[in-house]
Amino acid sequence: MDFSQQISQYILSGLATGAIYALIGLGFAIIYNSTGIINFAQGEFVMLGGMFGVYFHTVHNFNLAVALLLAILFAAVSGVLFERLAIRPLRRATPLGLVIITIGGSILVRGLAMLVWGKDTHALPTFSGDEPLSLAGATLLPQHMWIFALTVLLIVLSKLFFQFTITGKALRACAVNQRAAGLVGIDVRRMVMFSFLLASGMGALAGIIIAPLTMTSYDVGIMLGLKGFCAAIIGGMSNGLGTVLGGLILGVLEALGAGLISSGYKDAVTFIILLLILFLRPQGLFSRGESERV
Amino acid sequence: MLEVQGVTCVFGGLTALDDVSFTVRAGEITGVIGPNGAGKTTLFNIITGIYARTAGRIVLEGRDISGLPPERLTRLGLVRTFQNIELFGQMTVLENVMVGLHTRSRSGFFACACKLPQHLAEERRIRAQATELLEFVGIPDLADTVASNLPFGKGRLLEIARALAVKPRIMLMDEPAAGLNSRETWQLGELIRKIRDTGVTVVLVEHDMELVMDICDAIVVLNLGRKLAEGTPRQIQENSEVIAAYLGEG
Amino acid sequence: MRRELIKFALFAAVVLTVPAVVKGGYLLNVLVFVGINTMLAVALNLLLGFAGQISLGQAAFYGLGAYLSGILTATHGWNPWLALFAAAAAVGLLAFAIGFPILKLKGHYLAMATLGFGIIVYIVFNEYVDVTGGPSGFPGIPGLQIGDLRFDSDLKSYYLIWTTALLIMLLAVNLTRSRIGRALRAIHDSEVAARVLGVNARLLKVQVFACSAVISCIAGSLYAHTVTFISPSTFGFHFSVELLTMVIIGGLGSIYGSCLGAALLTLLPEFLRTFQDYDIVVYGLLLIVMTMFMPGGLVQGAATVWRLALRLLPAKGRGDA
Repeated sequence: MDFSQQISQYILSGLATGAIYALIGLGFAIIYNSTGIINFAQGEFVMLGGMFGVYFHTVHNFNLAVALLLAILFAAVSGVLFERLAIRPLRRATPLGLVIITIGGSILVRGLAMLVWGKDTHALPTFSGDEPLSLAGATLLPQHMWIFALTVLLIVLSKLFFQFTITGKALRACAVNQRAAGLVGIDVRRMVMFSFLLASGMGALAGIIIAPLTMTSYDVGIMLGLKGFCAAIIGGMSNGLGTVLGGLILGVLEALGAGLISSGYKDAVTFIILLLILFLRPQGLFSRGESERV
Repeated sequence: MLEVQGVTCVFGGLTALDDVSFTVRAGEITGVIGPNGAGKTTLFNIITGIYARTAGRIVLEGRDISGLPPERLTRLGLVRTFQNIELFGQMTVLENVMVGLHTRSRSGFFACACKLPQHLAEERRIRAQATELLEFVGIPDLADTVASNLPFGKGRLLEIARALAVKPRIMLMDEPAAGLNSRETWQLGELIRKIRDTGVTVVLVEHDMELVMDICDAIVVLNLGRKLAEGTPRQIQENSEVIAAYLGEG
Repeated sequence: MRRELIKFALFAAVVLTVPAVVKGGYLLNVLVFVGINTMLAVALNLLLGFAGQISLGQAAFYGLGAYLSGILTATHGWNPWLALFAAAAAVGLLAFAIGFPILKLKGHYLAMATLGFGIIVYIVFNEYVDVTGGPSGFPGIPGLQIGDLRFDSDLKSYYLIWTTALLIMLLAVNLTRSRIGRALRAIHDSEVAARVLGVNARLLKVQVFACSAVISCIAGSLYAHTVTFISPSTFGFHFSVELLTMVIIGGLGSIYGSCLGAALLTLLPEFLRTFQDYDIVVYGLLLIVMTMFMPGGLVQGAATVWRLALRLLPAKGRGDA
């Protein structure tokens, strides 16, 4: 394999993982925009997606497609439960209290997953075989294609949802001004719950489609969550294209770092990018700086 | 003492302040008044470095202080109070004032952690000065109360004591009478005069016209982000444009 | 002032007579770790409880102390004390440097950034195999000694660790009752108001962050010399969360509470075998429940319950009469 082939290999597989980060990042952005909270537990719902998928498919022998739908449903419901039990009672908590409780919540979800499913690593079968495909000199698995297809589908669907449905518009209104949204008759509480449903469902899907490639276990949530957060930060916490681009950029940089520098330091690359973005451009790469308060 | 020169501030498409200029003379009480949305609080936030301005300069005693952060301004002798009093709720009243003396003490981490003698002496001095300030504003009996338990009016007095602790030469007060009853407002007026008489220049934004006309030596009127008039209370009361702004469109 | 001193003297007397009661064995060994965790919890409490700034990267500073001490002494043959001070100085400088950009962030962003920093350091411990020994650990760290006194038994280690822990607690208590402590609490309550009063909030936050890092680093060095073998898994995200839980249990802003939190979370897993399987569930629950219902921590919570009881009892007495 010559160098350019190698590079295109890295870029393609990087785009696939980047798509996963984009999905997780969108979850962060959706919740942030409707509540102003960074949901520290977002990564745990990604983990739940994968683990529920494994549980329904391998333990209960459901057909893969059914297992996936059930997994997304269960993870999304867990997300709503999390909002009801840990976030909603906290309307009046201090900002520091809120941070600590979301951290506690994410640890708790992870701990429960460990109790129920144990500490083992599990794998899901790939969706349609392991016969490699060849594309622009690089080899890809069919699973990569699934990731691309499902991510694009989901992003298009969410775009349509936010643009054209009443609920989507109501959610956008909440993002702009929650009090005003409440005044014109939007049920803000239901919207907050709905945003948790959407975010955890999206996260769960990400967790499921990546599980056949990277395996899953009770503790994958923190890494995936942080990377999704990083994607959302690069995208300036936008509900849309910014975060998707953020995820893709991150995925590609990570793959290049892993391939050209060292695979052991691949995660360090992500976190150095995260810190740099937070330090230098906390408003994201794509947004123009607003008049900043000192 | 304090010069505001052509200050303009634009938020998004909205011009909150448009080329505002005036001068505050030393040793006087200057009132900034105007109907709601005139830009009074924005002006305060710009002078005290909390918002960034779009254009213009702020000059304190001949020195350009535009855009300096609040902690630097304090060291130059300018301090402010807030409309919705910002107390340190979990600390006692005395401790609140002692924080105000932060800039007038200098023990570092090491001296504090090791309780070096100079730190202990400084601590005694701070405590005594803070007690004096509580006496000055008239709440010495509340020294050990936790600040979040104070009634609003007393909280206002504490905030003033705390601001005086930095030994300011000029003090900006954002609606000091807001939320006070008429007796408290009258006492506040007396206190502000007393503060001026100790040599501190006072600038206040205020809605309570009676208070403003009673205690101010000079008044600046803002309307819709522009300066409408400037003068003594009497001149302002007779100014037809001001009356129109308040009665006509306001 | 005087009462504070008496309280500390009593506490120190109890701590220093414990070995006479415990008389060696496994418990004494565990108590040594309670001492180390106390230092770490106090360090985090200075930052979290007083300045109100969260850090999920404390384990990284702890690990840096341990690894720097280990590498400088075992690999390069430095004197352990010299290594300890060199490590503390280096980590202090590092924390000071990253403190400026990191503490500009607030709330969840700060939590994420410190977590990211912690994970980067953790990855380096694992991957820089030539120097750190990688995941399999770093053995052969020499013990500490002063003159001819070698700290080679649990009893001697106990006194070494707890003398240091007590000293750090005393310094921390003094600090929090000074102008610095007041300024930090002021920043916590209202940063804008603190700045308007001339408190340089940014610098102070960075200073206390560095201070907290240095204490954690010293604890790490002492840990390395006590156990003589270290591996990355001790210094991961999990431990940062454990420290956070210790501080929350003991109470934000309570130095003695941090010691209590450290004691509880270190002793319980040793004596409740089942606890080890449930530990993260318990941490998660504790963080949520304590923050919601007992934000002052156990010490303050117990005091509140006690006052309530006192108030209820005489009332009941009157009712009977």
